[in-house]
Amino acid sequence: MTDRGPQKNDPIRAARQAQRLKKRYRKERRFRAFGMSAVLLATGILAFLMTSIVYTSIPAFTHHNLTLDVTIIAEEVDILRDDQGLVTNVDANWLGFVRTALRDSFPEVTSRRDKRDLYKLLSIGAPDAVRDAVQADPNLIGQTIQVRLPLSDDIDLVMKGLIDRNLPETDRLVSDRELAWLDKFIAEQRVSENFAIQLFANGDSREPEMAGLKGALMGSLLTMLVTLLISFPLGVLAAVYLQEMAPKNRLTQIIEVNINNLAAVPSIVFGLLGLAVFISFFQLPRSAPLVGGMVLALMTLPTIIIATRASLASVPPSIRQAAMGVGASRLQVIMHHVLPLAMPGILTGTIIGLAQAAGETAPLLMIGMMAFIVDTPTDVTSKATVLPAQIYMWANNPERAFVARTSAGIVVLLSFLLLVNGLAIYFRKRFEKRW
Amino acid sequence: MSSQEENIKIRTSGVTVHYGAAQALHGIDLDIRANEVTALIGPSGCGKSTFLRCINRMNDVIEDCHFGGKIEIDGEDIYSGEIDVVELRARVGMVFQKPNPFPKSIYDNVAYGPRIHGLASSKDELDHMVETSLRRAGLWQEVHDRLHTSGSGLSGGQQQRLCIARTIAVDPNVVLMDEPCSALDPIATAIIEELIEELRSQYTIVIVTHSMQQAARVSQRTAYFHLGHLVEHGDTDRIFTNPANKQTEAYISGKIG
Ligand SMILES: Nc1ncnc2c1ncn2[C@@H]1O[C@H](COP(=O)(O)OP(=O)(O)OP(=O)(O)O)[C@@H](O)[C@H]1O
Ligand SMILES: [Mg+2]
Repeated sequence: MTDRGPQKNDPIRAARQAQRLKKRYRKERRFRAFGMSAVLLATGILAFLMTSIVYTSIPAFTHHNLTLDVTIIAEEVDILRDDQGLVTNVDANWLGFVRTALRDSFPEVTSRRDKRDLYKLLSIGAPDAVRDAVQADPNLIGQTIQVRLPLSDDIDLVMKGLIDRNLPETDRLVSDRELAWLDKFIAEQRVSENFAIQLFANGDSREPEMAGLKGALMGSLLTMLVTLLISFPLGVLAAVYLQEMAPKNRLTQIIEVNINNLAAVPSIVFGLLGLAVFISFFQLPRSAPLVGGMVLALMTLPTIIIATRASLASVPPSIRQAAMGVGASRLQVIMHHVLPLAMPGILTGTIIGLAQAAGETAPLLMIGMMAFIVDTPTDVTSKATVLPAQIYMWANNPERAFVARTSAGIVVLLSFLLLVNGLAIYFRKRFEKRW
Repeated sequence: MSSQEENIKIRTSGVTVHYGAAQALHGIDLDIRANEVTALIGPSGCGKSTFLRCINRMNDVIEDCHFGGKIEIDGEDIYSGEIDVVELRARVGMVFQKPNPFPKSIYDNVAYGPRIHGLASSKDELDHMVETSLRRAGLWQEVHDRLHTSGSGLSGGQQQRLCIARTIAVDPNVVLMDEPCSALDPIATAIIEELIEELRSQYTIVIVTHSMQQAARVSQRTAYFHLGHLVEHGDTDRIFTNPANKQTEAYISGKIG
C-alpha cells in the first residue's frame, strides 16, 4: 500500500506505460491492415475472375445473320393436312432452297468445290430457319421470302473481330474468297448482328452457333427438383427425429458420427453408389434427371441434416419449456414452436446444399449425365445433362466459338444460382417476418 | 379425515431426484394445501427448481434425471402409468424465471393452450377466454388494443404477466412459479405479487423465491430447502418469526445463502 502510491506518479513508469500503449495500438493497426488486405485480395481475385468470364462470354450472346431472298417452290413442298383440311406439317428440301438462294447471289461460282465453300458461309442451322418461317405461315409457299439465316461460326467470329482478317490466309480459318463473298453481303447490308436466341432456345449441338443451353437448363431444373423433393423432407425428418426424439444411446451416436462423415465423402463416390444401386440394381434409366436427382439428394442429405440439427438446437429451450408448461405434447412442441423458429436456418442449409448440388458434375459423370444430348428433357426419366456438365463438354470442344459459349454457360449457371439464392433469401425473410 | 387433511392438494412423500449419479433431492415429504401460496426458499442449488419441476413432471425431458418417491395431486399418483403427462401439465401450469412468451402475437400466446386442448368450441369463446385470462393477469388494460402484435414487444413485467395469462388460460388448478420476479423491477414485482394474491382464491400456488420479503409478503406457507433436504416447513408467519431450525434462522436472517 505504502510503496504503491509514489510508484503511480513515477515518470519512468508512466513513460513505459505510454510506450506499451502505443505498441498495442500499432499492433492493432497492423492486424487491421492485414485483415483488410486479405479481404481486398479475395474480392480482387473474385472480381478479376468474374470480369474475365463475363467479358469472354459477351460474344456468345449475339450472332450474325445473313438476310437472303429464298424462293419456296410450291411443287417441292409436301403439305400434310388433318381432317378439317388444316395444315399440320410442311416438309421440303429446305437445304436445297437455301443453297439455290446462295448460288443465285453469286452466279459466277460454278465448280462443285467452290459451291461447297460458298455453302459453308451459312450455318447448318440455316435450313431450319426457312422451315420455321414456312411452318409458321404456310401462305408463304410459292413466294420468295426474306429469311434471316445464321452465318457459320467462323464467319461470325470474323464479324466479331475474333478472327483477324489481316493474318496471312494460311493462318486463318476463313479463306480470302470467303471473305470476299462476305464483304459483298456486307456491302448489300444483308448481314446483321442479333441476339443469339439459339443460346437459350436450342439444345446441345456440334455446331457452336446452334448449340444452346435449353436442354441443360431443363435438365438441371428437373434434377434439382428431384433432389429437393427427396432430400428436404427426408433430411428434415431425420434431423428432427435425431435432435428432438431419438434416445441418446450408442446407436444414435454412431448414426450421428456417420452423418457427419457422409458430408465429407467425395461426391464421385455417390455417383458410383448411384450407378451400382439405382441403375444396375433397380434398373432405373441411365442419364435421367431422376437418378441424377437421387444421387445428388444423397449428397445433399448430410448438409441438410446438419444444418437442420444446428438450427433446431439453437431454438431457445425456454420456448420448449413454455410450450410443455401449457401441456403441449412433444410433437406439438416441435411442430408449433421449434420447427417454425428453426425454419430460416433449415432453408438456408437446404439452399446451400442445393446450390452445391447444382454445381456438381463428378457424381453425374458416373450415371451418364455427362453426355451429348440434343433433345430437351421433358420429364425426369428422359435423357438429360446438366449445366455444369454442359459447360465442361463445351470447354472440351475444339471450335473457337465454343470459348465464348463456355463462358456464357458459366454466366448462366451463376445467374441460376444467384436466382435460387435470391429466392431463398426472399422465403427466409417471409418466414422471419411472421414474427 | 380432518378438514385440514381434506384441504391438501399436493402430497409428496419420499421424493428423491438424481441427475446422473448426483442426488439433488433427498426424500422430500411436503404437503401443499389448496388455495394457499406455498413459498420454497433456500440457498442456490438446494433443489427448489428441481422439486418444482417434479410436480408437473417437467424433469421427464431432462436427460439422466431420475425420480423416486411419490407425488399425489388430489390423491392421484402423478407418476403412475395411467397418468397422461400432457394432461397433467394442463392441470399443473408453470411460470418460469425468465419471461418466455412465444414469438407469436399476444392473442396467440394466450390462445395457444386452449387451442391445443380444444377448450373453446368457437372463435367467440376463445376470444372470451383470452380476454378473461388477460384480465385476471392484470394485462388487459395495457394490451387490449394491440392483441395481434408480437408478445416479445412487451416490457419484461408485461411479458411475465402475459406468461401468467397463458398459464391460467388452460384453467389449471395448480400454478408453479419459479422465481417469477427475478427479472423484474420492484414495480413490476409488486404488480405480480398482487396478482398472486388474487389468484390464490382459485388456484394452488407454489412459488420459488430468493427474496425473503417476497416469501413473507405473498405466501401462507414456507418450506426451507438446504442441499437437497427439506429442512423445515410451516406457516410463513411462524417460519419468519420463530424458526425451529438453526439453519433456517441463519438463512432467513441473511447469514447464509
Ligand atoms: N439439468 C440438470 N442436470 C444436472 N444437474 C442439475 C440439473 N438441474 C439441476 N441440477 C443440479 O441439481 C441441484 C439442484 O438444482 P436446482 O436447479 O433445483 O437448484 P435451485 O434451488 O433451483 O437453485 P437456484 O436457486 O440457483 O435456482 C444443483 O446441484 C444442480 O447443479
Ligand atoms: Mg432454480
